[in-house]
Amino acid sequence: MPHVGSTLYRLNQQIAWQGFVTMLPIAFFVSAFGAAFGLAAAQAGISDTHTLTMSVLVFTGTAQFAVLDLWGSQLPALTILVTLFAINARHLLMGATLFPWLRHLPTKQRYLVMLFASDANWAMSMQAFNRKQPGLGILFGGGIALWLFWVVGTWVGVYFGNVISNPEAYGIDMVMGCFLLALVLDTEKNAHTYLVWAVAAAASLLAYWYLPENSHVIVGAIAGGLAGTFGGQQDAEL
Amino acid sequence: MLSFDATNINILVLIALMALVTLATRLGGVYIMSLVPLKPRVQRFIQAMSGSVLIAILAPMALAGDAAARFAMLATIVVMLVVKKPLIAISCGVLAAALFRAY
Repeated sequence: MPHVGSTLYRLNQQIAWQGFVTMLPIAFFVSAFGAAFGLAAAQAGISDTHTLTMSVLVFTGTAQFAVLDLWGSQLPALTILVTLFAINARHLLMGATLFPWLRHLPTKQRYLVMLFASDANWAMSMQAFNRKQPGLGILFGGGIALWLFWVVGTWVGVYFGNVISNPEAYGIDMVMGCFLLALVLDTEKNAHTYLVWAVAAAASLLAYWYLPENSHVIVGAIAGGLAGTFGGQQDAEL
Repeated sequence: MLSFDATNINILVLIALMALVTLATRLGGVYIMSLVPLKPRVQRFIQAMSGSVLIAILAPMALAGDAAARFAMLATIVVMLVVKKPLIAISCGVLAAALFRAY
């Protein structure tokens, strides 16, 4: 548990702004991803207004792309919502991992911060916390940057679609993967970490190959978590 | 499965439901944890789970992804180990995927 006093989980306008600025380079990449989504949505026959509304309200890159495949003149609503939930269920785990720090905030602020939680800002804030550095600025301010650039990117894609007609050709689909990978490499590791990661990797691959689609993140993460509870280490570092 | 015509109203209702489902996943984890006592075992679980989320996203990407994806991740790893600057490593990874697909 954090004993380092309240600076670790302080949050105000200035701290959020710093997080916003820190996230800008990644947010820039995310806007390219957003433009690709805007274009793909237009090609799937979704109206401009609907596409923008979706990016503003739903704000979840991978899952929005997955939904496009299901979209047509008929909307399989239940399938769409179940797919969305399966891909986004990782947010549940992210929220849980953030709880030891978020619990120091007033309840309303806690949930306000989580409105903008996504892969990149969650991963960066967890990394900060694990290094005993404050992480709520990057979580909240950085999250707002990601949301804003996702929406602006979508808008660009919808209205100037041909800017990025083939995002894969520029490697844009690999931005988030490379980013998360860089963060993993930048983490302090010991033998116990590697054991947990091996379990998580094996479980996620098995789920990817043998379980229903989109279940691999949840399965891998929970398997890794369970491996962590059985590890020899008694000093839970949080 | 339950299907609806893609009328304006139906689409807007669906987007609203999508927003609610996603919102529930964003807020739900924090809410559930606020009901669970933070015992050491629970702390170890969520601590181990945080890294595992990343690994569980990355492992299938690396092993089941296309060759360009693998090449991009390899470039990220090499640059990260050599220069230890995440932004440079990410840029090299993305560039590697782009070059791989161009040739």
